[in-house]
Amino acid sequence: MKTLILKTASNYLLPVLLVFSIFILLRGHYLPGGGFVGGLIAAIAFVLHAFANGLENTKHLLRIHPGFLMPVGLALSFVSGLAPVIGLDDPFMTGLWLPQDVPVIGSVGTALFFDIGVYLVVVGVTLTIIFTISESA
Amino acid sequence: MMQQLILYPLLLQLLLSILLMFFWKKINWQRGISICGSIVHLALSAYVFNYVWRNGTQIIEAGSWEAPFGIVFVADTLAITLVLLTSIAGLAVSIFSAASIIPDRLKFGYFPIFHFLLLGLIGAFLTGDIFNLYVWFEIIIISSFVLITLGGEKAQLEGAVKYFTLNFLASMIFLTAIAVLYGLTGSLNMADLAGKVAAVENRALVEITAVLFLIGFGIKSAVFPLYFWLPASYHTPPSAVSAIFGGLLTKVGVYALIRVFSLIFVEDVFLDQILLVIGILTLFSGGVGALVQNNVRKVFSYLIICHIGYMVVGLGMFTEVAIAGTIFYLIHDITVKTNLFMISGLIFRIKGSNSMRALGGFYSEYPKLSLLIFIPLFSLVGIPPLSGFWPKISLITASFDTGSYWSLAAIIFASFITLVVIAKLWAEVFWKNPGKIPKRIKFDYFHNIKKPRKIQFVVPIVFLSIVSLYIGFGAENIQLLSSRIAEELTDNSQYIEAVLGNPQTDE
Amino acid sequence: MEILFAIIIGVLYAAGIYMILRRSLVKLIIGIILLGNGANLLIFLLGRISEGAPPIIPEDSKMFLEAYADPVPQALILTAIVISFGLQSFAIILVKRAHKVVKTDDLDEMNATDEDS
Repeated sequence: MKTLILKTASNYLLPVLLVFSIFILLRGHYLPGGGFVGGLIAAIAFVLHAFANGLENTKHLLRIHPGFLMPVGLALSFVSGLAPVIGLDDPFMTGLWLPQDVPVIGSVGTALFFDIGVYLVVVGVTLTIIFTISESA
Repeated sequence: MMQQLILYPLLLQLLLSILLMFFWKKINWQRGISICGSIVHLALSAYVFNYVWRNGTQIIEAGSWEAPFGIVFVADTLAITLVLLTSIAGLAVSIFSAASIIPDRLKFGYFPIFHFLLLGLIGAFLTGDIFNLYVWFEIIIISSFVLITLGGEKAQLEGAVKYFTLNFLASMIFLTAIAVLYGLTGSLNMADLAGKVAAVENRALVEITAVLFLIGFGIKSAVFPLYFWLPASYHTPPSAVSAIFGGLLTKVGVYALIRVFSLIFVEDVFLDQILLVIGILTLFSGGVGALVQNNVRKVFSYLIICHIGYMVVGLGMFTEVAIAGTIFYLIHDITVKTNLFMISGLIFRIKGSNSMRALGGFYSEYPKLSLLIFIPLFSLVGIPPLSGFWPKISLITASFDTGSYWSLAAIIFASFITLVVIAKLWAEVFWKNPGKIPKRIKFDYFHNIKKPRKIQFVVPIVFLSIVSLYIGFGAENIQLLSSRIAEELTDNSQYIEAVLGNPQTDE
Repeated sequence: MEILFAIIIGVLYAAGIYMILRRSLVKLIIGIILLGNGANLLIFLLGRISEGAPPIIPEDSKMFLEAYADPVPQALILTAIVISFGLQSFAIILVKRAHKVVKTDDLDEMNATDEDS
C-alpha cells in the first residue's frame, strides 16, 4: 500500500505525532494523558510510517531495535520508584517533587520519570508486537 | 532502609529481570546473573523471614498512600513463608535451567521472563489489595504464557492454546468478582473488605461473589471440575519450566483461595461445604487420573491435581488443626513437586524418553542417583519420617474432629493411590528391564555432556531433597511455623489490625 | 442508563463465552476480546455512573466543593485495558503460530497433547 499521498503525509506526520505524544505525556499529571497514552500515540506514528514506507525503512529510521526500549524504560521507572527508598527512607514509589516549577514542563518529580519510563516501555512493547506480527505475515 | 525490608525480595527480582534484559543475547552472562541473583535472593528472603518471625506482621503503604486508600503490601507469616519457598524453588530451577534449557530458547529471553514470573509470584504473596492481586496474577500468567510457548514445538503450542484460554477465562472471572465486590463495598483493600463484606446485608450477592472468586482461583489452582487444562499443558514445555509451574503456579491459586476465604468470606457454612466437596472430588479424580497415565510427567501432573485436594479439604474444614495441615502440606508440596519435575527432566536427559513403558533399569545403571530420587518420590507418598506424612496427620485429626468422614476417606484413598502410582513408577522406571528407546539425533545425552554441566543437573535436585528431608526430620519446626500461620489465619483480626491500625487507638 | 449498561454487559459476556466455546481459533480470539470488554464495562457500571467533577481538590480549598466522580474504577479499567491489550496481542501471535505449525483452525484437531507418549 504505497501511495504518494500517504507517503508524503506520513513524513510530515511522524514528527508532529511524536511531538504530540510528548505533549500528552507531559500533561498527564492533572489532565487526561500520561505515559501509556503518549506511548501509544508515538507507536502509532511509527506504525503509520511503516504503512507508508515499508517496515524496513521504519526500522532503519529507528536505528535501535524497539525491544531495547523495554529494559531502558523499566529501569527508569524502577529507579524513580526506588529513589524515595534510598534517599529519604520513605516507602517505595512515594512521590518526590522539586519545590519550584520548571518552565514549559511544569512540576518535576519522580512521578514524571516513572511516566517517561512507562512511555518508553509502551513504545517498545507495541512496536515489538506489531513488527513481529507484520514480519511473520 | 529497614522500613521497606519486606519489599526488597520483590524489588530484587524486578532488578534481576531488568538487568537480564540488558544482556539479551549474552547467554553465559544471563546464566551467571540468574544463579548469583537467586542465591542473593534466597539469603535476603531468609533474612526477611527471620525478621517477620521475630517482629510479627509487617506492612508497607506503597507511595505513602494510607490504607485502605492506597495499595498495601502485607508480610504476615504465611506470605513471607511462601516468599522464602519461592526463592528456594527459584534458586533450584535457575540452576537447573542454566544446564538444561537449550541456547536457542535462552536467546529468546528465557531468564528475564523466568525472573518476571518469580516477581509476579512474590508480588501476589505480599500484596494486601485485591485488585493488586489481580495485577500480579496477570504478570504471572503473561510470563507463564511466554515460558510455555518458548521454542514453539507443536505439542507446546497446542498445550499453550488450552492453557491460555482457561487461564484467561479465570482472570476474567476473577476481574468480574472484583468488580462486583467493589460495587458492593467500595473498597479494594483486603483487610478493609473483611469488615465491609461482613456488614453487607445482601448475603446472596456476597455468596455469588464468593463463588465467582472460587471459580476464578479454582481454575488457577486446578481443582476438581476445572483442572483439565493442567494435564493437557504441563508436560509440554521443557522440564525446568514444568518444575516452576508445577511447584509454584498452582500453589499461588491455593494461596489466593486461602487468603480470600480466611480473610474476606469467613464463617460461611455454605462455602466451607462447597470447598470440602470440591476438595474430596479433587482428591479422587486426580488420583485416579494419575493411575492410568504412561508419561512420567503426566503422572506428576495428575498428582499435582490430586494433592491440591489435600489443601482444599483442609481449607474447607477450617479449624486451626486443619489449616495447619494445609499450610504444612503447601510447604511440603512446593519443594517436592518442583523437585519431581526436575527429576523427570533428568530422566529424559539420561534416557531420551519419559514413557514409563519404555524406561527401565535405572537403578542398575545409576544406583546413587536412584537413591537420591527415592527421597522426593517417597516424601510425596508420605512414608513416615519423610515430609508428606506429617501434614496428613493434622488433616486426618481435623477430619475426625469435625466429623467429616468423607474427607477422611478421601484423604486415605488419595494417599493409597499416590503410593500405588509411585510404586508403579518406581517398578517401571527403576527396576524393570529397559525397553527399546529410539536414539534421538542431535540430543545431548547425559553421559555425553561435560562434568560441570552434569553437576549442574544434579545439584538442584540434591538441594531440594535436602530441603524436603529437613521438612521431614525437622517437622517440629515446620509444625510450629504452620500452627502459627493457622492461628493468624483463623483469627483474621490480627491481619486487619496490622493493616488498618487498632480502631480504638486510632481515634 | 444503568439498565442499558447491564443489558450490554450481559450480551458481551454471553457473546464472548459463546465465541470461546466455538471450535475455531479466530473465534476464540474474538470471544476473548468481547469478554474482556464486558468485564471492563462491568467495573465501570459497578463503580456507579454519576455526573461529577474530576476528583481534584482546588488549590485554595481543603475539601471537595461539589459532587465528584469516583476515580478508582477508571484506574482499574485503565489497568485492566492495558493487561487485556497485552494478553490479546499475545493470543493473536499464539494463534498465528499454532495455525502455522499445526496447520488447522479447528481446536478439536489439536489433541497431540492428550495422546499417549
